[in-house]
Amino acid sequence: MTVNSPNPESTESRDNAWAPPTSKMKVSDVPVGAMNLNVEGRQLVSPIQGFGQCWQKTFKVRLSGVTGSPAEVMQVWKENFHKFQPRENHFYPTMAGIKPGEVLLIEAKVPPLPGMPSFLPVATGVLVLYADDTSFTVMTPEGHPESGWNTFSVYEEDGGLVAQTQSLCRPTDPLFEIFNRFLGSSAQQDQVWTHVLSSLAEHYGVKGQVTLTKVLVDPKVQWKQAKNIWKNAGIRTVFYLLGAPVRWVRGSSKR
Amino acid sequence: MTNAKVTMEVRKANAATSILDIQGEINAFAENALMDAYTQASSSGSRNILLNFKGLDYMNSSGIGLLVTLLIRVNRQKQRLLAFGLSEHYQQIFELTRLNEAIGIYPDESAALAAIG
Repeated sequence: MTVNSPNPESTESRDNAWAPPTSKMKVSDVPVGAMNLNVEGRQLVSPIQGFGQCWQKTFKVRLSGVTGSPAEVMQVWKENFHKFQPRENHFYPTMAGIKPGEVLLIEAKVPPLPGMPSFLPVATGVLVLYADDTSFTVMTPEGHPESGWNTFSVYEEDGGLVAQTQSLCRPTDPLFEIFNRFLGSSAQQDQVWTHVLSSLAEHYGVKGQVTLTKVLVDPKVQWKQAKNIWKNAGIRTVFYLLGAPVRWVRGSSKR
Repeated sequence: MTNAKVTMEVRKANAATSILDIQGEINAFAENALMDAYTQASSSGSRNILLNFKGLDYMNSSGIGLLVTLLIRVNRQKQRLLAFGLSEHYQQIFELTRLNEAIGIYPDESAALAAIG
């Protein structure tokens, strides 16, 4: 197997690939229509701060016959990242695009039980932690269903291009762990990244087979992180939406 | 992995402590080198694993992911993971990714060894 290094740039330019130091998420420009909920002021969370079992999942698709460099394909992926998402996983693109330090707002819908339609809303977001010519990584804030990061990359393997999504995450709190382990959220998340890679392949006219490799990095839950449930983005989004009529009445009475 | 641009030397600081001297780049291709070095340190009976980053040329987000995976292994073995020799830039990356909350960071080897006691 031959694998080319995905980072041909100089060390200096690669150091600019990291997001600037920050302790809390800050949304500079809220896209039209976005709730911007559960993101502003939240701390970033790595798998260390999560609650549930830690999984590393690697999704790959071979872009057979696609010419061009990994950097060219990654540029297309970055520009169309929001378009490649399934309908129930709405990413709001930012004016700056996928650059280190940018915040991408997300409004997703999840099924309450396996096999049911997706209607439970979750408003959240991610920070672009790292971005270079051939990869980028997003990191989650407190309250997000998963604590950790997803890395998207394109590289050469065996004379062809491969697009990859790799996540290293734990469910953030006990409720998300239950959904993940018993109520189908894990499978739904797998479908999201499979859809994204399939969409990228289809963009190039390739009917690619997405492969998934799962590694259980840590089978134990971290009970000391059970408190994370206070910032659960799903619960807070539902309460926010239930409070919409009250906010509307208050707003009307002030006018 | 064929394109690992890293070498790791394992040396004993004392009976309970091993130091992994990292030279080069920590990215996805460094997985085998890092885990092999850790296995070597563990098999010698070390309870404390010190990562020496003085020779680090570059680390990307996949490299940070490798360190999280290593940290989880270390914790499961009831060992302790510490780091020293990080540049200011990578100290900031550790803070950004909150790795510094789980991996003790020290300016140099003597300070890290003193912290172990």
